[in-house]
Amino acid sequence: MENFNLILTGVGGQGIITLLQVIDEAAVVEGYDVKSSELHGLSQRGGSVEAHIRFGKKVFSPMVSNGQADLILALEAMEGLRESAKAGKQTRLLVNNYILPIPGAPTKEEIIKQLRGFKSNFYLVPASEDCKEKLQNEVVCTLYMVGHAVANKLMPIKKESALTAIKNVIPEKYLELNIKAFNLGYGE
Amino acid sequence: MKKILLGNNAIIQAAIDSGVSYVSGYPGCPSAEIGDDFAKIAAQNGVYVEWATNEKVGLESAIGASFSGLKTLVSMKSFGINVCSDSLLPLAYTGTKGAMVIVIADDPSCWSSAQTEQNTRIYSQFGHIPTLEPADPQECYDFTKLGFEISEKFNTPVILHTTTRVNHQKMPVTFEDVKKNAEFKKGQFEKNPYQFATMPPRTMEMKKELLDKIKKIQIFAEKSKINLIDSSKNKVGVITSGVSYLHVKEALEVLKLDLPILKLGFFYPLPEDKIKKFIHPLKKLLVVEELDGYIEREVNVLAKIENLKLQIFGKNVLPIIGELNTEKVCVALAKITGKKFLEFKVKKIDLPRRTARLCEGCPYWYVFPTLKRVAPNAIFTGDIGCNMIAGFAPHNIQDTLFSMGASLGIGHGVSKSTNQKVISIMGDGTFFHAGISPLLNAVYNKSKPLMVILDNRITAMTGHQPNPGMGKTLMGEDTTQVSIEEIAKACGVKHIKVLDPISIKELESTVKEFLEKDEISLIICKRICALLERRQKKS
Ligand SMILES: Cc1ncc(C[n+]2csc(CCOP(=O)(O)OP(=O)(O)O)c2C)c(N)n1
Repeated sequence: MENFNLILTGVGGQGIITLLQVIDEAAVVEGYDVKSSELHGLSQRGGSVEAHIRFGKKVFSPMVSNGQADLILALEAMEGLRESAKAGKQTRLLVNNYILPIPGAPTKEEIIKQLRGFKSNFYLVPASEDCKEKLQNEVVCTLYMVGHAVANKLMPIKKESALTAIKNVIPEKYLELNIKAFNLGYGE
Repeated sequence: MKKILLGNNAIIQAAIDSGVSYVSGYPGCPSAEIGDDFAKIAAQNGVYVEWATNEKVGLESAIGASFSGLKTLVSMKSFGINVCSDSLLPLAYTGTKGAMVIVIADDPSCWSSAQTEQNTRIYSQFGHIPTLEPADPQECYDFTKLGFEISEKFNTPVILHTTTRVNHQKMPVTFEDVKKNAEFKKGQFEKNPYQFATMPPRTMEMKKELLDKIKKIQIFAEKSKINLIDSSKNKVGVITSGVSYLHVKEALEVLKLDLPILKLGFFYPLPEDKIKKFIHPLKKLLVVEELDGYIEREVNVLAKIENLKLQIFGKNVLPIIGELNTEKVCVALAKITGKKFLEFKVKKIDLPRRTARLCEGCPYWYVFPTLKRVAPNAIFTGDIGCNMIAGFAPHNIQDTLFSMGASLGIGHGVSKSTNQKVISIMGDGTFFHAGISPLLNAVYNKSKPLMVILDNRITAMTGHQPNPGMGKTLMGEDTTQVSIEEIAKACGVKHIKVLDPISIKELESTVKEFLEKDEISLIICKRICALLERRQKKS
């Protein structure tokens, strides 16, 4: 396999760092070499945030080049659309059906319509909505997204590896909730 | 042992495995985790960790510890070196006793920096301080350990120069995990003014000793494994350092090229003989480094001696602004080798920029709109921290932004030079870092700005570090809670009001009243950071 290139995007405070930790760990459990790059600081105060993960046989740079992503995983739809500017032909977009509006932003319908231009490469999931409704917690939508990506083979990570990674990364206190979110996204 | 580590955490692990016992510095992005996360495991490893009040004090703290025989680690972001350089340069002259590694983290592309896009490496040449540049977390670990070894061997401080993509990069890191004594072992200061006091005429002698020492370290660097060569017979070669090496390796794969690479682990002193040997057989050379072309400049000088025909490329094919990546290196390599490379065209999607904003419930929500309403024509000199969000919509009130503490330094100058009303905004953390001196200046030299201190009871922007106003140290010990109001009084400020900004009426009337004063005045808006309050309630 060539290296797998993943971009995570969303809004500061949505839990991108934890999401990255889980996927990094899952890649290691799968036996891959992995590198990732995250950003801290000002952007985490509600700005756009983007993190990169690359895994495979041997990875040098932690950053995904423009057009090279295999998957863009967006925790917020407008940030997903923004990131889609760098999508190549092979890039799939897994987008949370959720918007954090700012002045001057297009409507959710408009955003989703534009994303539909990616046709069969575009996957829209109600991660925030489902987590809020069924688990009374929106933050774990990150694990829901992982569950969905694994179930639909959007990344080369097996379910068992993802679950092991979650157990290795998430503190005991929140483990059950996070596994529930993963399973919800997985479709169980 | 092997574990996925962030670059910063690999540095911590290396410090522990090297037997560090004293850690100081000042927080900033992208280096802050080095102090914050170290504090969580310090006690069990017999290590003392503090955040000093600023970088200069932090470095001096470590100098005291080093002179007392302790192994020390110091961390700061790029701008920190500007603040501490006044003590850093003499430290090169005196040298260290206990080993010392100083981590300085640049932020190309200004991901989490305002001010400037600074390339700090110039200080290493300027101050004659050995400097290592890791590319990834594994090298953060290895180079930090090596840094302590070099420091110990040559009695010199060693700088570990990192960038955001190194500090905040994660990968599985192999490390020793040395078991440590859980007790902090004190040192002993043995008097030695001959070595520890930079007094002329000794100063000139010390300079000579320093330059001799650097020559010895250069010989060490010539043999060091961290100046690594990936060999190939090709006549086009690459010299690179730090994270750029990773982009070069990717770029060569993309372009299906096999070129020799010299990866410099040492930025200073450079292994000149090794470089000469490397460039000797080459026809073309690309130097790949971020921001200014310091290595390129040095290589140009060496090529004059070694290989006059060598064509050297660097900043003429690579940008001097912004961080590098694989694509930018591909473009440069394609130009030089004649290989084809099609740059990916990023689509134009018209979306509003999502800038940082004040958190829900942030006390600044009460302050900025009030200031704007009451004093629409005032000059607002801004300062570093969450409070610089005053410069974004919907506030848009920030007229200047420079460096920590500069809001009042500049506010004083504007106030003296004009008949305009001046409001200087500053956070509590920044006040303790660099705000007291300009306050004293404004009183002494009789200007009349209104200073507004946003006392949210913590250094918020950089990830919630404790400061002297909180009564807690980084390691969680109780300490004196320093009062900003008392400091201001002692500086001679006569008009001071401490209030909760949620009382907008009171804030409004005080601003009006103080703006009419003929002397400097101060409003301390005291209300806890909303994030911190929520976190405290949770635990
Ligand atoms: C010399 C220097 N050191 C460190 C930093 C990093 N830095 C950015 S904001 C900040 C602290 C701001 O804290 P505070 O003044 O309390 O303001 P708040 O974020 O709470 O509004 C620091 C240390 C810097 N910009 N310059």
